[in-house]
Amino acid sequence: MIKHLRSAADLDAETATLILDTAAEMAALSGREVKKLPALRGRTVVNLFYEDSTRTRISFEAAAKRLSADVINFSAKGSSVSKGESLKDTALTLQAMGADAVVIRHSASGAPHRLANWVDGSVVNAGDGTHEHPTQALLDAYTMRSRLGRLDGLKVAIVGDVLHSRVARSNVLLLTTLGAQVTVVGPPTLIPLDVAAALSEKTQVSFDLDAVLPDSDVVMMLRVQTERMQDSYFPSAREYSRRYGLDVPRLHKMPEHAIVMHPGPMNRGMEIAPEVADSPRSTIVEQVANGVSVRMAVLYLLLGGK
Amino acid sequence: MAYLLKGVSILGAAPTDLHISDGVISAEPAGQDAEVIDASGLVALPGLVDVHTHLREPGREDAETVETGSRAAALGGYTAVCAMANTSPVADTAGVVEQVWRLGREAGLVDVQPIGAVTVGLAGKQMAELGAMASSAAGVRIFSDDGFCVADPKLMRRALEYVKAFDGVIAQHAEEPRLTEGAQMHEGEVSTRLGLTGWPAVAEEAIIARDVLLAEHVGSRLHVCHVSTAGSVEVLRQAKARGVRVTAEVTPHHLLLTDELASGYDPVFKVNPPLRTRKDVEALRQALLDGVIDVVATDHAPHAVQDKECEWSYARPGMLGLETALPIVLSVFGPKWELIADRMSIAPARIAGLDSHGGDLTRAGTPANLTLVDPAARWVVDPAELASRSRNTPYAGHTLPGRIVATFLRGEATVLDGKAVK
Repeated sequence: MIKHLRSAADLDAETATLILDTAAEMAALSGREVKKLPALRGRTVVNLFYEDSTRTRISFEAAAKRLSADVINFSAKGSSVSKGESLKDTALTLQAMGADAVVIRHSASGAPHRLANWVDGSVVNAGDGTHEHPTQALLDAYTMRSRLGRLDGLKVAIVGDVLHSRVARSNVLLLTTLGAQVTVVGPPTLIPLDVAAALSEKTQVSFDLDAVLPDSDVVMMLRVQTERMQDSYFPSAREYSRRYGLDVPRLHKMPEHAIVMHPGPMNRGMEIAPEVADSPRSTIVEQVANGVSVRMAVLYLLLGGK
Repeated sequence: MAYLLKGVSILGAAPTDLHISDGVISAEPAGQDAEVIDASGLVALPGLVDVHTHLREPGREDAETVETGSRAAALGGYTAVCAMANTSPVADTAGVVEQVWRLGREAGLVDVQPIGAVTVGLAGKQMAELGAMASSAAGVRIFSDDGFCVADPKLMRRALEYVKAFDGVIAQHAEEPRLTEGAQMHEGEVSTRLGLTGWPAVAEEAIIARDVLLAEHVGSRLHVCHVSTAGSVEVLRQAKARGVRVTAEVTPHHLLLTDELASGYDPVFKVNPPLRTRKDVEALRQALLDGVIDVVATDHAPHAVQDKECEWSYARPGMLGLETALPIVLSVFGPKWELIADRMSIAPARIAGLDSHGGDLTRAGTPANLTLVDPAARWVVDPAELASRSRNTPYAGHTLPGRIVATFLRGEATVLDGKAVK
């Protein structure tokens, strides 16, 4: 088993599949009255969050607690971090406390890679800058597999601000590893240069959402921050929504079986219409539930739980 | 002190004896008092001249001082370095440039020639008192806002024109700031994979294209700092063919390293302009061979440990260069001594107006600014062993060819047996 999960590129198909299969076993637990497993009893998991992200932190916390680990939440607010302590010193502190795993969310791309130099325990990337968010990709893959029964050969459109999206990077890497065919869709300003060469040669690029929808099994909408407007990535929220928002008429262009995903938090009315977000085709709430199972699987496998 | 360098090879020529006395190359043996150095197997080069060094003093003496930087320079075979203006306070007045110049004299290991800021506080708004710096004791000839681009085209035009009065040159850090907001590394495949904001090649090329046109229009000299892209080389090639008075430098790291090194997010590889692609490296090497790029300059940029031992995005850009420049150039081009002497000593001395450097070692009367290299030696770069006060070398653990055995500044040894004399 790998030691750290810093990037979806750390996972080969076999390891990724093992995580998804383990997550399925973990999910079976959540139906039981007592949801706890003793697997990580006596182990310490630190949630080191430099960015506010209640949903991801709670998800990791629930995952670690259901495995009986001791959980320490270390958030940038109200800790020595806000007093300017360096990542290295924080890492050495966590090391001295005996952290077996550190789950890190950070606004700087690559912070988990740096952290891994300074702690002996496992490092799990819970989102770093505009780089990656590998457990999000795992829970997305898990959700697709649960809904559609497979990943191999699946056609997945990832739509929106791919340039700034850590979710997109991790999904392209992981889904391609697992045999899916990924198309990234968005205005050319928000599709990174050389995306295929950078992530996977099989990645396709389209600037035309309407052309991609009829041939998609999965349409994953990314959050688009309206601040991007100020930086001339697109002229207005209205124009963005008109060209790249998933509304009801576009939903009807998708095949009957196709699902709609969104990593959250959503801008309802911007990249996704409320009717679409709340439709039975949407997996958004399921994704959250699956997140706990997938993160349990990641922690269990990285820490060699028994 | 007089020296006799026995059996030395001047620029790779047949072994000969080289006499140094009274600060110059002498045709006559100096007599019994001369210290004899067995220089068989060693190559003599005119002392290297760096037109782009950051010595950090005043302001960041925890990263480097004029003295420690001078020692690193001497050990790297340099006899003159041009100290960039982005100190604290900024070297934008006669007072600050004279202070740096004086500290250099006190250290006495290399000639420290201060570069003056083009604009007050490097802010890019108002021209600094360039004339006062030129006529100060430091005799400033190169002006640069390095670290920042003189982005305002009108201000750049005026600066290019103004320095003609005292044969000055503007050394431009070519970076269109609007195209590099938040930039962390070369924009391309690797930046996309790493999720780091890209520094597009065009941000450099667009400024160089503009500046060569401005220099042509006003008939001024322009020097381009740390050229890093294949596209910049083409712009320069065309400008030179048209007769524009432009010179350009390339750093050793841009001649060797590529953006792939960012993959581990170790900020020791973070530098501005950023490491580029293999294609750029190849174009820069060819440009140096062709003379489209005139000189190798180190952009020696010491940084304190805490400014590098952090997240990539928070780290300061820059790498050490003085002690590894010649070995890197040797490793890239092999023992092309004429080329090395020109690009690392003669041409930079000419650009900087340092008449006593880059001289002809075969001629009696040439100021004895020279360095002796053992081309057969191999050494492993250990950051802790470097003379610089900082440790941010990108070559830690690399085995490099060529070791500096001795360096002479105006006939006095600054380095002997590979060690600084003070």
